[in-house]
Amino acid sequence: MAELPVLEMRNITKAFPGVIANENISLDLKKGEVHALLGENGAGKTTLMNILFGIYKADEGEIFMEGKQISVSSPHNALKYGIGMVQQHFTVVPSFTVAENVVLGLKEMGFFVKTKTVESSIKKLGESYDIPVNPRARVWTLSVGEKQRIEILKLLYTGAKVIILDEPTAVLTPQETEVLFKAIRKLVSEGSSVIFISHKLDEVLEISDRVTVLRGGKVIGTEVRSSIDRRSLVRMMVGRDVLLDFDKPKTEPGRTVLQVENLTVKNDKNLEAVRSLSLSIKSGEILGIAGVAGNGQRELAEAIYGLRKPVQGKVVLNDKTLRHTDVAQRIKGGVAFIPQDRRALATCPSLSITENMFMKNAHTNNIPQSPFNVNIRAMQKATEELISSYSISTASTKTPARFLSGGNLQKLVLARELSTKPCLIIAEHPTRGLDIGAMEFVYRTLLAHKERGAAVLLLAGELYEIFRLSDRVAVIYEGEIMGYTPPDPKFTEEIGFMMAGSKQGEIA
Amino acid sequence: MRIKIEKRLTVPKYSSILVPVLSVALALFLMGIILLVFFYGRLGNLSLAFRETFEAYKEMLTWPFANKYGIFSTLMRMVPLAFVGLGLSFAYRMKIWNIGGEGQLYMGALAATWGALYLFKDVTSPVLMIILISILGAAAGGIWALIPALMKAFAKTDEIVVTLMLNYVAIFWVDYLVYGPWKDPKGYGFPGTAPFPDQARLATLFKGEFHVGFFIAVALAIVLYYVYKRTRWGMNSKIVGDNAQAARYSGISIIKYTIIALVVSGAIAGLGGAVQMMGIQHRLQHGFSPGYGYTAIIVAWLAKLNPIAILLVAFLFGGLLVGNDQLQMFYKLPMALISVFQGLVLFSLLGGEAIAKYRLRVSREEAVTNE
Repeated sequence: MAELPVLEMRNITKAFPGVIANENISLDLKKGEVHALLGENGAGKTTLMNILFGIYKADEGEIFMEGKQISVSSPHNALKYGIGMVQQHFTVVPSFTVAENVVLGLKEMGFFVKTKTVESSIKKLGESYDIPVNPRARVWTLSVGEKQRIEILKLLYTGAKVIILDEPTAVLTPQETEVLFKAIRKLVSEGSSVIFISHKLDEVLEISDRVTVLRGGKVIGTEVRSSIDRRSLVRMMVGRDVLLDFDKPKTEPGRTVLQVENLTVKNDKNLEAVRSLSLSIKSGEILGIAGVAGNGQRELAEAIYGLRKPVQGKVVLNDKTLRHTDVAQRIKGGVAFIPQDRRALATCPSLSITENMFMKNAHTNNIPQSPFNVNIRAMQKATEELISSYSISTASTKTPARFLSGGNLQKLVLARELSTKPCLIIAEHPTRGLDIGAMEFVYRTLLAHKERGAAVLLLAGELYEIFRLSDRVAVIYEGEIMGYTPPDPKFTEEIGFMMAGSKQGEIA
Repeated sequence: MRIKIEKRLTVPKYSSILVPVLSVALALFLMGIILLVFFYGRLGNLSLAFRETFEAYKEMLTWPFANKYGIFSTLMRMVPLAFVGLGLSFAYRMKIWNIGGEGQLYMGALAATWGALYLFKDVTSPVLMIILISILGAAAGGIWALIPALMKAFAKTDEIVVTLMLNYVAIFWVDYLVYGPWKDPKGYGFPGTAPFPDQARLATLFKGEFHVGFFIAVALAIVLYYVYKRTRWGMNSKIVGDNAQAARYSGISIIKYTIIALVVSGAIAGLGGAVQMMGIQHRLQHGFSPGYGYTAIIVAWLAKLNPIAILLVAFLFGGLLVGNDQLQMFYKLPMALISVFQGLVLFSLLGGEAIAKYRLRVSREEAVTNE
């Protein structure tokens, strides 16, 4: 054990107004290791990494790189030390090509970029790490997984030795996750070290060599992979045992709430994303839609909610045909929507938590009020209650939403959408970015709404989530429903075939 | 010991007052240097130039704010700035950049003149006349803003360019009328219309030094303050301004809100034009506004779109305009200097806002490790 750790953080403390985000945290990273940082939302994972990457400055504590003390003052400075970070929200320029994005901001490039040389070296770099990319593709045409690979390539190109991945799998499909893991394994075998932030236990157990668990801004423990299992990790994270496998309440499906008929919707690139799709959901029923991301789930949800104009087809809610692109009509009709992109679509970053919580109040009339005399105090009070019942960690109800972490923002959206009594809930990845304790809460809430008689359209990437919640599973592929199965893991193989494009019944 | 610049997580509350005050002070200081250079050029003696600068400053600051007649002039200059500034705030809250306050002011004035001299010339009741002219002026400003509003809502054109260009169109319309069809035959050839009849003039106080348009502006500011804080429109327009996508998601019609925001914004500016005609000008003239519509952009911005603050800032800028008149009269300084000063205020304000997002941190860690 004479070898020095590549990186060592000692006694890091960082306080924000009202909270201590990191308290006396120490962490070390060995050469060629994947070190997972695990913890619930608000445990201080992202803050700690932002300190390491020079975005925040620690109030106390020291950072050592290969035994020498360093002072990281900015991300640019961090890159010079060989520390690179892939943020939860990507920092790529959509209209640039892959190659342009990789060299963006590199001073060494000079005034004129030698495009050809750069492109070929990026291609080579990608191949050597099993991250195949087309350096000339425009970034906006790429999938989320591909964008992430570009972020990683960018770091490799600058020669990063320590790569921080902040919840990298939160936005990936299982297949993309596999590609990422392959790349991570290659990275560490080539001598890089990776800090992997996540709260997905299975992934942490699969990829990491050591795990450090944070809770409430403190280190609970650092363990070697071989000495831990799922159960012990959960207990370290949450401080108690969590039960995710609970029974679904038995409900008798009632009358049809949502009926979609022959819906065809185009995506942003003007290609047909949903093709003549029909489905229906009854009251007290959860329909889970399984499929690889990018097969029309988003467009389907947005068209039902009225954000996207379908080319043809009908959306019928409680026997009433809805006008296309009339969101207000849906909200008044009791449709709740938890979109995938909560930061861009579902919240206002500069507005307070209260204002975000009651963004839709004009239509839901959850707190009845006159348009000429809005009752701010009532909203504030209701927000305080929602903050505590959804355990959103925030300094006050007046905090701007942009200060919330990803998970807390998701809780805010959930609180807004589920605190009313919707008759239809469209939930796109409702637990994405949530820790296990919050996940349990969301599952219980969704099931409670189902028991109450709401219809739920669940679009989730994770099959286990669909199995746990749904009454029926539909599989979507290129905008068409390939078939239905009961929500039972024994159909996983059949679902997998349908996700890959085989129609039900075609599989012998 | 070393000094570092760090980004603040939250901008402290006191900075919203400190920044405008300091930026005006900085602008005054820079203006002083310019005046000094100017006087040195004229007098050729540095100590005389210092004294002259000091005197000019005293004149510029005491007359508009500390003299009875000066304060009335300041209040009267403040009125059009306040109207247009309030109007602009209505659109700016939604991040709709109406640069057309000047044009909307001109159209309001034009419509008021049309009403006073032609359309309502048989109305004898002053109250009815003033109400009718106010409505006409507001409608004209609103319609003038409706053009960019429709273009933005349905064709996604950029409102900055369209509103700015329409300023010139409005000014040239007024010029066409005052040089042509509406020219006062008894006006000795000056480009202006005939004077307004008495029933189309606002009531004045203090021997005509002051008209009631000021109270209309104050009342309007209070109404807007309430609208922004406590009404559904106020809440929803905040959402549209912060994240248009989220507004759509919340069931807010962006098209409707865009059109209403621009039209109301223009209507308030147009009302300002009508009040200016009825209160002070009493006839439409070539170039009656020394760029109120543009100065109001700075006013609205300095006030952070808060209607009450707009009144205060408009008062301050009104005073600067009056002070400039004094300088022009007694020191023969060019008119352009006030534009220079306004530019300086805007620059130091924007700079101050950017700087307020950072803080200096003095740390001694280096000293410790060197021991």
